[in-house]
Amino acid sequence: MKANLLMGAEDSIKTTTEPPKQKVSSGIMYSLLFVWAAIQIFPIYWLVTFSLKGNSEIFGGNALGLPKEWLWGNYTKAIVNGNVGRYFINSVIVTGATILITVIVSLMATYALTRMIFKLKKPMNTLYMLGLTVPIHSALLPVFIMLRNFKLVNSYTALILPYVAFAIPMAVMIFAGFMTSIPIELEESACLDGCSIYQVFFKIIVPLMKPAVATVAIFTFLQAWNELMFAVVFISDTKYKTLTVGIQSLAGQYTIDWGAIGAGLVVATIPTLIIYIFMSRKVQDSLVMGAVKG
Amino acid sequence: MEKVWGDKKAILFFLFPSFVILALIIITPIMMSSYYSLLDWDGFGKGTFIGLNNYIRLFKDPAFIKSVRNSLVFAFASIAIQLPISLLLALVLAKGVKYERFFVTVYFIPVIISTVVIGQLWMKIYHPEYGLLNMFLKTVGLESVTREWLGDTKTALIASVVPVLWQYIGYHMLLLYAGIKSISTDVFEAAKIDGATWGKTCIHITIPMLKPILKVSFTFAVVGALKVFDLVYVLTRGGPARASEVTSTLMVETIFKSNSYGYGSAMAVFVVVECLVLYLVIGKLFKEEV
Repeated sequence: MKANLLMGAEDSIKTTTEPPKQKVSSGIMYSLLFVWAAIQIFPIYWLVTFSLKGNSEIFGGNALGLPKEWLWGNYTKAIVNGNVGRYFINSVIVTGATILITVIVSLMATYALTRMIFKLKKPMNTLYMLGLTVPIHSALLPVFIMLRNFKLVNSYTALILPYVAFAIPMAVMIFAGFMTSIPIELEESACLDGCSIYQVFFKIIVPLMKPAVATVAIFTFLQAWNELMFAVVFISDTKYKTLTVGIQSLAGQYTIDWGAIGAGLVVATIPTLIIYIFMSRKVQDSLVMGAVKG
Repeated sequence: MEKVWGDKKAILFFLFPSFVILALIIITPIMMSSYYSLLDWDGFGKGTFIGLNNYIRLFKDPAFIKSVRNSLVFAFASIAIQLPISLLLALVLAKGVKYERFFVTVYFIPVIISTVVIGQLWMKIYHPEYGLLNMFLKTVGLESVTREWLGDTKTALIASVVPVLWQYIGYHMLLLYAGIKSISTDVFEAAKIDGATWGKTCIHITIPMLKPILKVSFTFAVVGALKVFDLVYVLTRGGPARASEVTSTLMVETIFKSNSYGYGSAMAVFVVVECLVLYLVIGKLFKEEV
């Protein structure tokens, strides 16, 4: 007890005499924070600048600065000749469909899993949550064989189905957290007014779930837009390649033309960055929520 | 209400679509993979049942053992390097600094960018002639250190680990930062009144209270590391001479390049079991410490 008191006294003396020292340490702290910010952002700055340069600038004297000559032609090269435009559209289709289906089927499932009453409710919940821990590795070959049997390799479905499947568990979890906070009285009074269960779901629950839908949509977007393993195995036809696989082909096609590759990389990243710039808080929240609940 | 919520038809209606997709893509494949792993099968025709021979072969296969070891290097680096940096950043930022939002937002940017893009970008950074890294080393007079980072068996693995660490530091930082922010400010005020310095508050109050989030971070770092595929696939495809091979890249190669469907499935099952075991172990570790 005495020792504690003494320690406390010592500390308080320290804090009262510390201000000048603290200023120096906070100066160091801020410089470290800014240096770290530079470390995280610099490679991306470098990417954007070299996507607008020719090889002579990148390999010559101007590796780091802004382009002296802004070569927008790199972008035409990547988008048109390098097929990045095609890949981009495919990614939009696959990701868009994935988000839409995931949101709809997960909302429905969540309603049954949180509100409705049935015997197998507990094991059913466990089953849905199991999907959170299963690595996609276990699905790769069996799903490939299924797709091959149904002649679905090289199609949008080949990617949309697995993406939806692996997005459902997380979506259900996020939705469930949100749905349980909706007061039951709303649904009860609607029922008394003669609404059917379907009306209760579509007219009362779904509109109330909007904020959670945004969270799930962002989470699913990032997963599907950036996925590589399924895409590499299930898609070999340029017609259906998404950006992640497409970029690999582009890099193979233009090995020594860094500008064109850079342009492709920038194009692949722009939608994500735009979403992030406008909704950085929401994007961060959705990723944190996904992790913490998992 | 119970009557309405007990409506069997409605339950079926709500659960059916997602259940079919889960059953088809997640549940059945686990069983199929386990079954395939007992076969000697090239993917065409019928496989022959060989019991556990694929698994026995796994543990005698130097390529596989190397890949597991490399995956563990990824996991170890995440725990030993990534998490401490993330924790430190989170602690500093949550303490309340100027431009707090700006820093959080910037640190998080690499997380949302596709690993393929990150991989291609780092490939350029590592480029032996024109890459930033060697250029930098030459400028500061360390020309002797420059090398073909991804092509050298000595450095390929480390060179693959660094971008993963770099990309996800912001992720763990944000998780921990959100965790600290959710601790009641009363606690910190009480500590301040008692005269505790910031460092002491962190060690004695913040970090112990962060344990549940640290567990999440820890689990993600380890399990994520064991599943690494994208970055290695883009940077090195596991080469040179398997120096940077991880279990995921080896599995894809074994199945789709060598057409060893059975043997590759044994690897897939191994990854599933490995992740599951680590989930449990980490859960236990954090429980006992509390």
